[in-house]
Amino acid sequence: METLITILVGILVTVAVYLLLSRSLIRIIVGSAVLSHAVHLLLMVMGGLKKGSAPLLDENATSYTDPLPQALILTAIVISFAVTAFLLVLGYRTYKETGLDDSKELRGFTDE
Amino acid sequence: MNNIVVLPMVIPLLAGVILIFLRSFVKVQRVLSLLAVIATGVVSISILNAIQSEGILRLDFGGWLPPYGILFVADSFSVLLVLTTAIVSTIILLYAFSTIGATRENMYFYSFVLFLIGGVNGSFLTGDLFNLFVCFEVMLLASYVLITLGGRKVQLVESIKYVVINVLSSWFFLLGIAYLYGSVGTLNMAHLSERIAEVGQGPLLTTISLIFLIVFSLKSGLLLYFWLPGSYSAPPTAIAALFGALLTKVGIYAMFRTFTLIFYHEPSITHTLIGVMAALTMIGGSIGAIAYKDVRQIVTYNVVITIGFILVGLAVSTEVAIMGSIYYLVHDMIIKALLFLLAGTMIYLTGTSRIEEMSGLIRNYPALGWLFFLTTLSLAGIPPLSGFIGKLYVGQGAVEAGSYTLLAIAFLSSMFVLYSLLQIFMNAFWGETIISEDEETPLQNRLLLPCVVLGIGTIALGIGAESIAAYVSDAATTLMNPQIYIDAVMNGNR
Repeated sequence: METLITILVGILVTVAVYLLLSRSLIRIIVGSAVLSHAVHLLLMVMGGLKKGSAPLLDENATSYTDPLPQALILTAIVISFAVTAFLLVLGYRTYKETGLDDSKELRGFTDE
Repeated sequence: MNNIVVLPMVIPLLAGVILIFLRSFVKVQRVLSLLAVIATGVVSISILNAIQSEGILRLDFGGWLPPYGILFVADSFSVLLVLTTAIVSTIILLYAFSTIGATRENMYFYSFVLFLIGGVNGSFLTGDLFNLFVCFEVMLLASYVLITLGGRKVQLVESIKYVVINVLSSWFFLLGIAYLYGSVGTLNMAHLSERIAEVGQGPLLTTISLIFLIVFSLKSGLLLYFWLPGSYSAPPTAIAALFGALLTKVGIYAMFRTFTLIFYHEPSITHTLIGVMAALTMIGGSIGAIAYKDVRQIVTYNVVITIGFILVGLAVSTEVAIMGSIYYLVHDMIIKALLFLLAGTMIYLTGTSRIEEMSGLIRNYPALGWLFFLTTLSLAGIPPLSGFIGKLYVGQGAVEAGSYTLLAIAFLSSMFVLYSLLQIFMNAFWGETIISEDEETPLQNRLLLPCVVLGIGTIALGIGAESIAAYVSDAATTLMNPQIYIDAVMNGNR
């Protein structure tokens, strides 16, 4: 299972890099979102997938799943949600103001 | 419990939240935000003194003892930087009061400045790698808003690059954290240091350390500074000064912390690489600083040169060099704020940022001219100003370690700093006065006053370097001997 998820992470990173390298602004933003989800999955795999029961004190449980990666992922998801939302608004506003969504044309933009 | 340790982060954050509800009361916002930063400064002075008498302080949130809980650790290095942050941001706020404009003040400007300061202080104080990531994000999100606030076209365009680059570096940060957790199973910095010392820093851990090197290089602008000049010259002066003084320093702090506390076992790989990157940064920054004729660009490339210089101290990693870096870090936060404020004032007064379109300003604004000259000398490291002692110690450390190439590049870069700033000085302040006295924009005292205070600061820090010497040498000792930090976190009673 861990191997499968790791491969999935690899595929997601590939997709994200492809999107990030494209010229359209909206693709770059989507790419950054995919990229952060890839790393969230990776965080989960690094803690080991389900190895025992839920980390609550229990008489029958012999081993517990590590709860820390879940906590990390939750925090990271919230942050990436906020950043993606901000980036989408920023991209839209830039498009409204300049009429450009092409990263090549946005390069070295100095006009006031 | 040392609850005081969390105050430098909590005061600005709470004040920022309160200010959101006081949107229409601009006067109240100004007073409250100023009070919040001053309070942070006062608190950090008392923490600094407490550290000298009681050793490193720590606060375990929720009573979870390390290595299980999240904790804040205050040692001399971090609290010195917190204190400098408070001083610098107080003065920048004073400058912002008269320059930032009513529209920005109404759009939660002060709240976001306070969030930024909260994030910066949190990054300095945290003792947990994931918490460091969170504090970085708090700081970055506030900075995203500040850089776009006002919504001029150039700001929007520059901030897209800034945000995307930072999303990417945050991704690398999480990647490093994931790998590190997977390989040693902890994220508490002291615990990490202990475990890595036990298992030895093999090739795998060294590779992970390089990921962190990439992350912090992107944040601090070490070699990977291509995003910096554009985004630091887009926002208004007060915000640019805040960025120039604080943001890159957090990356530098994180780099010092990780490479002295956690990944210090393979200096032949990591520290050599840092040295090479520092040298290239100084060379690139010098070329940039003399290539442009635009005040803003020259000033931002000066930020780049300094980053390289401070990291020379980490690359050679002797106690003296680290001490020099700390002195220089404190000095640089003050002087970069001053430099950005002066450059912004010049642009405000002349209405242009090209140095060939300015001339003879010394006749119109003598005080500004002399302040700029003072800044130039201080940045070049002329005694008795504050830049001297840092450069001296970094140089001495480099000689001790025998890194003569780094030493030569470091001091040559100082020459370029001097040259680039003298170029501004000679073009803008000398020469024929082109603005007649009745046409000139009056230089209000409230613009000049913050600059004067910072100018006095650089003189005071230069002459009175002895007064912070105890703190700096304690900070350097702690950085050079990770065991002190580990003992304070893992075994210390509260």
